[in-house]
Amino acid sequence: MAFFLETLIGGLMTGMLYSLVALGFVLIFKASGVFNFAQGAMVLLAALAMARFAEWIPHWLGFDSKVLGNLLAFAAAMVMMVAVAWLIERLVLGKLVNQEGVTLLMATLGIAYFMDGAGQTLFGSDIYKIDVGLPKDPIFLLDTVFQGGILVNKEDLYAAAIAASLVVLLSMFFQYTATGRALRAVADDHQAAQSIGIPLNRIWVIVWSVAGFTALVAGMIWGSKLGVQFSLSLVALKALPVVILGGLTSVPGAIIGGLIIGVGEKLSEVYIGSQIGGGIEIWFGYVLVLFVLLVRPQGLFGEKIIDRV
Amino acid sequence: MLYRENGQFKTSYSRDQQIFPILQDRVGVGLLLAFALIGIPLLVQDDYLYRAILIPFLILSLAALGLNILVGYCGQISLGTGAFMAVGAYSAYNLFVRIDGMPMLVAILLGGFFAMVAGVLFGIPSLRIKGLYLAVATLAAQFFWDWAFLRIKWFTNDSSSGSVSVSNLSFAGIPINTPVEKYLLCLLLLIVFGLLAKNLVRSHIGREWMAIRDMDVAASVIGIRPVYAKLSAFAVSSFMVGVAGALWGFVHLGSWEPAAFSIDRSFQLLFMIIIGGLGSIMGSFFGAAFIVVLPIFLNQALPVLGKMVGVTISTAAVAHTELMIFGSLIVFFLIVEPHGLARLWSIGKEKLRLWPFPH
Repeated sequence: MAFFLETLIGGLMTGMLYSLVALGFVLIFKASGVFNFAQGAMVLLAALAMARFAEWIPHWLGFDSKVLGNLLAFAAAMVMMVAVAWLIERLVLGKLVNQEGVTLLMATLGIAYFMDGAGQTLFGSDIYKIDVGLPKDPIFLLDTVFQGGILVNKEDLYAAAIAASLVVLLSMFFQYTATGRALRAVADDHQAAQSIGIPLNRIWVIVWSVAGFTALVAGMIWGSKLGVQFSLSLVALKALPVVILGGLTSVPGAIIGGLIIGVGEKLSEVYIGSQIGGGIEIWFGYVLVLFVLLVRPQGLFGEKIIDRV
Repeated sequence: MLYRENGQFKTSYSRDQQIFPILQDRVGVGLLLAFALIGIPLLVQDDYLYRAILIPFLILSLAALGLNILVGYCGQISLGTGAFMAVGAYSAYNLFVRIDGMPMLVAILLGGFFAMVAGVLFGIPSLRIKGLYLAVATLAAQFFWDWAFLRIKWFTNDSSSGSVSVSNLSFAGIPINTPVEKYLLCLLLLIVFGLLAKNLVRSHIGREWMAIRDMDVAASVIGIRPVYAKLSAFAVSSFMVGVAGALWGFVHLGSWEPAAFSIDRSFQLLFMIIIGGLGSIMGSFFGAAFIVVLPIFLNQALPVLGKMVGVTISTAAVAHTELMIFGSLIVFFLIVEPHGLARLWSIGKEKLRLWPFPH
């Protein structure tokens, strides 16, 4: 039982981190109909920038405070992600308005290649560390109930808390601010939004910046967990089934999808994977999604797809 | 002046329905085939050219052709192409190794058959799921087969390293060892499948696929069975992709690991058909040529260019710059010509018809 709970909690934590990456996908898809394959590359780029700026900025400015260094690095990385968002809108998406979904998808793949190359050229391609002071030591819960208690990683707890607060923050931003309302309007209907004077181009820059921000937070957390390296951009492939499971257009869906996949992955790996050779984490999420889609083709919380002739 | 159809009258139905209705096209294609079949083996002696460019180009064109039938003609986006190539390669390998006296060609075609079965199986969700949701669902095939060929030892004939290899290739009793022979084998198969694909897409099946692609609800209203049309597209497509995969393993690589058919291969093939032109047989070839040659060209040209401006570029920097140029070229092509190189080709042909008097 203790072991089961431990696996369950581990799965929930991982799931929270998946949701963080998945959020970026959903935000961009909602507001511009682009399925952004470059989200993984954005996570890598943001994490690389964060890691390197945290090294460079104290060196340039000649101070020796880790907290200040991290803060400045975070700000610098955020500025860079906004610039990236602006460039993407200017150079790529603005010129691909009204193209088919698959063309846009391929364009974001092109962007992903470019970002992978550019990020590693600018910031180097070794493994870097991000140290934002998340505690690494494990804690034991419920040791009165079970013998030995349940081992939980403190770092995971903090990460999950950050992810959860980010989600709340984003929902509030979408719900209560003027910009958020504009974003939702654009998501509902591009043309109607434009006709009442919402500037589409600026909205897209904002959406991509917000996605850049979630990428930065995701990159920071994943980076401090696993180290910043090229394989970080593969996190996006883990987040894809999450997005599809929750529904491409639903923010809460991304969270719940993340939790389901995170838990399912860990439990299946432990209880089924050991029977058939292990490593089934890689495809479990996708196969799960396949079966869910057979019942609900739009994902769990997506808008119902209605075909008109 | 040279490229006109004036005076070429079609006096029978069969002449009206030829693949190349214009005489100049027929002559051109005949010359091209003659050059590919006779000219290149006589003229090109450089092994590197065969191994690095010609053979990969032929095999990947075959795979792109198969994928184009599914994505370009039937409108079902697939990101699992690499997996179906892998199924083709590994089932051909198992048949070839486990059954004594199995002819290579039969093994390769049976590999295609097993890929077809896998394709139909993973195509079943397409009856419910559409568009981008389907694209992600096909990734399930990719990751599942990647895992299966890595972890299930039976598929790799219990080889300890996880990689498999084939030797003693022969075709109808003739051993296939030199690059020229391999090149000719691939070329012959590509011609057969190219002709097959061209005739399929202009037959009633092809028209059904296109109707499903353009508007599936409307297509089913006028009496096209979506189940039959979609699954037949998956079947034909994955058969060709599977044969291409078996060729990739047997002829091009010789010995391979699952990584040869990773998700990057799926993306690469999708790039080919998008840059070449969705829904165009010709486009598959253009796209394959572009994607095969571009990285090699960049790899060779960048250090030289660097030297010209007086900078030595390290191999890592070359790899990164390659990624950047590759990515931006793809975006550039999508912006400038979203319908692909095949569209440029047909515009060129239209222009040529009027040349030199534009009116």
